[in-house]
Amino acid sequence: MSFYDEYLTYSEAMLNASFEDVTGEQVLKIIGKERLSVMDFLALLSPAAEEYLEVMAQKAYALTVQHFGRVILLYTPMYLSDYCTNQCTYCGFNLTNRFTRKQLTMEEVEAEAKNIAATGLKHILILTGDAPKVAGVPYIRECVKILKKYFSSIAIEVYALETTEYESLIDAGVESMTMYQETYNPHIYDSLHVKGPKKDYRYRLDAPERACKAGIRAVNVGALLGLDNWRKDAFFTGIHANYLQNQYSDIEISISLPRIRPTMGNCEQGIRVNDKNMVQFMTAFRLFMPRAGITLSTRETAEFRNNAIKLGVTKMSAGVNTAVGGHSDNQENSGQFAVSDTRNVEEMCQAISQLGYQPICKDWQIL
Amino acid sequence: MSDELIIGGKSLKSRLFIGTGKYSTDAIIPEIIRKSGSEVITVALRRVDFNSSTGNVMDHIPKSMQLLPNTSGARNAQEAIRIARLAKAAGCGNWIKIEVISDNKYLLPDGYETIKATEVLAAEGFVVLPYISPDLMVAKNLVQVGAAAVMPLGAPIGTNRGLKTKELLKILIEEIPLPVIVDAGIGKPSDACEAMEMGAAACLLNTAIASANHPDVMAEAFGLAVIAGRKAYLAGLGNTQQYAAASSPLTGFLDN
Repeated sequence: MSFYDEYLTYSEAMLNASFEDVTGEQVLKIIGKERLSVMDFLALLSPAAEEYLEVMAQKAYALTVQHFGRVILLYTPMYLSDYCTNQCTYCGFNLTNRFTRKQLTMEEVEAEAKNIAATGLKHILILTGDAPKVAGVPYIRECVKILKKYFSSIAIEVYALETTEYESLIDAGVESMTMYQETYNPHIYDSLHVKGPKKDYRYRLDAPERACKAGIRAVNVGALLGLDNWRKDAFFTGIHANYLQNQYSDIEISISLPRIRPTMGNCEQGIRVNDKNMVQFMTAFRLFMPRAGITLSTRETAEFRNNAIKLGVTKMSAGVNTAVGGHSDNQENSGQFAVSDTRNVEEMCQAISQLGYQPICKDWQIL
Repeated sequence: MSDELIIGGKSLKSRLFIGTGKYSTDAIIPEIIRKSGSEVITVALRRVDFNSSTGNVMDHIPKSMQLLPNTSGARNAQEAIRIARLAKAAGCGNWIKIEVISDNKYLLPDGYETIKATEVLAAEGFVVLPYISPDLMVAKNLVQVGAAAVMPLGAPIGTNRGLKTKELLKILIEEIPLPVIVDAGIGKPSDACEAMEMGAAACLLNTAIASANHPDVMAEAFGLAVIAGRKAYLAGLGNTQQYAAASSPLTGFLDN
């Protein structure tokens, strides 16, 4: 059994028809339900549900306060290496992009860690490009050993690994993993991933489940919104999260809603996803999975992120730099994507407090 | 009439235990404590940053409070035991609320793992307060392995749904020789009051206070409700009559 089997039960035609068939009356009835089915979730992502965004938002707010309280967990990404063997048309680390690649030495990892830790953050997300011969599992393990001295939660967002490789990283101290499928549509996926190991759609799709089998504590999935019709990728993100939660009840499941941003070598690409669409996804998901986490990154503007706090978001990045070594040198490095919300940790904490929420820097303890 | 609750050798006047999670700011905690009259406060160790330069939640808890660190995030006995030991080493004392949850969908506790963790920690000298589903056999096992109290849920954590497990709670209160503290699910002061009327030794709650529009006022309301319920229990509630004394009694012929 894999999520792929569930994925296959939804045909393109069936999804299109289902989105169109939903009526306002059905949407209202679903919003009033205590437990939503997969098809209820789909209905909340339909064009018809757009009329009821405020009602959805009110319920999403209430559910989030009930289950998570008025708190937002903060983290920051640390880019370890931008070497990459893939050609993903939307990504700044694309193999064909010409820039000086960099990979942190252990001394540099320590320097970055010190600078980030000085801001008070305790949750770190480490990222690499897809270059196992350069930034392989042994390298990531070494980095984790250093980071453990400074952080109480270490998450990875790296290329898809084998179960045993996840086990090795968990053993070193990794606690959480993020894996974006980019798009759940295999045809679009194939055309966007021109070359490289990432071209294997199925291997990536099953990566979160392999991490679950390896015993990871938390998993975060998502799609890069704007590559396909957002409603479909939103739907699959939600039912992927739901599948994982049902199969692995002891694992904390969350989703991200990354919206495509301009990168080096690529300015305008994809299908526009507007703020209203983002709010619909966020609130529909909250109603579908009231206890799951929702992460919103600095791909979004400060204004949008401030407003999203009351719509179901539970986790946000702060003080973000998407370039390798970006937390310790001031040079203009090319990052993976352009950051919209450039607030540092202190500014984020102030903004969150002003909204009547508590910024949290630590919510796990390495055991 | 003296009516103290004794747990782990400590005498408590207040029968309301409170939490520290979900508040918009930790700075409100001293006021919550004051208004509720509570003497026991639970803290998730996972949330406490002992190395923080800007302070942590512990700075807002008066020294007079009995700390009840909890093992939130533990998925099995082993993790709960490690968290308990870390809490003790960090200076949080020897009380521990065991919370072992391997179900993130409903957040229901794992009785088997909870018993295992309780056995180890009680033997190490911890005052162990395990959070459980109201299961009589689990509770009896916990008595055997040295728990200081049992803390059955009224409804799943964070749901504010009240005493949905009332029939099972009554059985635990009747059968378990330890304090039975209703933990989780209490949504309204009247729920807490009812639990106390039923004979619960205390109530532990967080969400109902933290998610109120005015947490301090709600804290006071819960403090009063627990007192009222306890007094009613001690006073002895009158019997409720299911059938009225009929004017034409069915047994009237016996008097003829």
